[in-house]
Amino acid sequence: MSLFSLQDVSYAYPRGDTVLHDVSLSLETGQNLGILGESGSGKSTLLRLMLGLAAPSDGTLSADGTPLDIHSRARMQAHRRFAQPVFQDPYTSLDPRMRIGRALAEPHAALGLPGDAQAEIARVLAAVNLPQDSTLRRPRAFSGGQRQRIAIARALIARPRVLLADEPVSALDLSTRVRVIDLLAELSRDLTLVLVSHDIAIVAALCPRLIVLQHGRVVEAGETRQILRDPQHDYTRMLLSSLPRLPDSKETAR
Amino acid sequence: MSLLQVQDLTVSAGARELVHGVSFDLRPGERLGLVGESGSGKSLTAMAIVGLLAPGLTAGGSVLLDGQQMIGRPDRDLVRLRGAVASVVFQDPRSALDPLMRLGDQLAAPIRRRAVREGRALSSAQLRAEQIRWLDRVAIPEPDRILRAWPHEVSGGQRQRIAIAMALACGPRLLIADEPTTALDVSSQAEVLDLLGGLVRDEGLSLLFISHDLPVVARICDRVVVMRQGRAVEEGPTARVFTDPQDPYSQGLVAAARRLQSALENPA
Amino acid sequence: MRRNLWIGAVLVGLNAAVAALTLVWLPYGPTEMSGGRLSPPSWAHPAGTDRLGRDYLTQVMIGARIAMTVGIGAALLGGLIGTTLGVLAAFARRGLDDALAATLDILIAFPTLLLAMLVVAASDGASLWTAILAIGLAMSAIIARLVRILTKRVLAQDYITAARCSGLGWGKITIAHILPNILPTVMVAVALQFGLAVIAEASLSYLGLGTPPPNASWGQLLQQAQSTVFRAPMGVIAPGLALISLVLGINFLADGLRDLMDADEEIQP
Repeated sequence: MSLFSLQDVSYAYPRGDTVLHDVSLSLETGQNLGILGESGSGKSTLLRLMLGLAAPSDGTLSADGTPLDIHSRARMQAHRRFAQPVFQDPYTSLDPRMRIGRALAEPHAALGLPGDAQAEIARVLAAVNLPQDSTLRRPRAFSGGQRQRIAIARALIARPRVLLADEPVSALDLSTRVRVIDLLAELSRDLTLVLVSHDIAIVAALCPRLIVLQHGRVVEAGETRQILRDPQHDYTRMLLSSLPRLPDSKETAR
Repeated sequence: MSLLQVQDLTVSAGARELVHGVSFDLRPGERLGLVGESGSGKSLTAMAIVGLLAPGLTAGGSVLLDGQQMIGRPDRDLVRLRGAVASVVFQDPRSALDPLMRLGDQLAAPIRRRAVREGRALSSAQLRAEQIRWLDRVAIPEPDRILRAWPHEVSGGQRQRIAIAMALACGPRLLIADEPTTALDVSSQAEVLDLLGGLVRDEGLSLLFISHDLPVVARICDRVVVMRQGRAVEEGPTARVFTDPQDPYSQGLVAAARRLQSALENPA
Repeated sequence: MRRNLWIGAVLVGLNAAVAALTLVWLPYGPTEMSGGRLSPPSWAHPAGTDRLGRDYLTQVMIGARIAMTVGIGAALLGGLIGTTLGVLAAFARRGLDDALAATLDILIAFPTLLLAMLVVAASDGASLWTAILAIGLAMSAIIARLVRILTKRVLAQDYITAARCSGLGWGKITIAHILPNILPTVMVAVALQFGLAVIAEASLSYLGLGTPPPNASWGQLLQQAQSTVFRAPMGVIAPGLALISLVLGINFLADGLRDLMDADEEIQP
């Protein structure tokens, strides 16, 4: 059974533009999915629909085998335990006035999760390689990379089966970026990742499957390996060719 | 003879030193990359060179721009030198353009300044010809529409090209570009980058290019200075530094960039 | 730099102490004709007496109590109503929010004093409570507009979306995330409004729309002493100085609070 299944999903703002047109996709357990697109491609809207923050204007969206009804509180509480978000900007995704311990305890209480909250907080902090005494501090005390780890830890409290990440590393420095990608790779042994990004290299590093969005439409979908080797759509080709690269070295030739 | 000579440049915020004695040279026609992560002091270094440090920050050491000492000079002199010798393109083209001024009027300002400086009279027909010539040079179609447009009516890539046109229309000999493509989409990033490289080559300008993005720097610069926490840790030709880095920090940086890139050859 | 905070705290503290003291002790009875008419300052009457022979110091001290009461009352009322309205407007649907925002803008366009005069005129004569109500309502429009903007700014942050995905309802999000993030700024605004409320009350009572005699407020004292200002200048100087000390103190205090908050933003781990 698919974790997510989208059939001809469209989204239009009330009295506004249509930003997604007939998007279909399915997410299978263990098959990380990359959503590649530039600004205005509708990638972030797609993620909001999958999080249940808005409902599609048309088409059906099922999660965990049942349609998502954003007006049903019970259904949404279940969905929150099923799928959790990670955001782009670690500087706005944590409440600056809330200590990390409280921020991590919040979903545990609000979702009525089983287990001891303190033990669960210890578990997720260990999972993202942060010291246990992080709970006592506020976001200000942490670097961008550490904040992103905290945001990931908050998502892990619910023990979700899907992690929906919107450009999770694009605001981070290069060396931090590599470490957070490693962390996401490690986590995706136990959960399935949907990674939205404009950066094809990051998608390639984490996702065996890929869809390319342009102006709210899926222009290409399939195996990442296949698409990188032999892109079918002009837009994908353009994205690949416009990517700047480092000069070749002996190391990469090896 | 160097166009820009930076010697032991320091930048301090009160008692705290943020840039600790950075030195490098830039020859005419050369394209130098200043590479580093956040907090490396690369932008502070660039802003200190043109005397555009934020209030509360002070620069020390020596910066010779076209033979003129920039450090400790009153802002009145610097205004003349900026534009005439060096101009800057910033990361976010939205903040570089005045939202309440038509693009044509904004582009006219540096053209007029240059004419005044060179003692040329500028008729309105000449001004218009210059405006259109600059838009053409930054590959912007429909110049008539663009000149009448407001900044919010054009795309991010076009805004950045207009900002580049404005920077070049002053007639500088050094262009300082601070992360000029970071805020742009991948597709316009490549276009703006190639455009910038081409213009700098054609005009015979020197380029000081500040970026955290190694592949982008590799695409446009001949030489790089790697900065870390306010110090220059390595300097050399781009091809050498990015294939055979000597400093441990540069090695880590290049290795990280290579790992990201390697995913393209060998995806998950 | 905590100088502003200290100066403000001392000035406001002094006024508050005097106001508290009047509840238990006064030099003379408020209506007691204890001296000659318009006598100059003396040991018995440090600020002199008014034209009925009543002690000026006593009246200025009572004025402090009224100023503090009206200031605090109006600030509390305006802060509470304003914050509630502002948060609700920020949450409201687009059309309703626009209507609320326009209403607030119109209310703010009215001078506080004019609005206050309307309330006093509409209610049954002037009293301490009509003054508090009038000034508090006028203040709430200003606070509401600020709170609406601040709330919208917070609502746009990713941590609000994260809280929604953590299963929190809007009520809990307001309490746990929105209020803690907007309150420091709102408190500074309320403090500044407190100062304006004291001035507004003085103006209202100067116009005869404030607290009725014998519990005269500073504005009324100023008005009464106006005709005799050359024979007994203390009648204007004493309540004038008192008014200035309190308003200045409140403004210093608000500035100090803001400095403290800014420093807090930077250093706080």
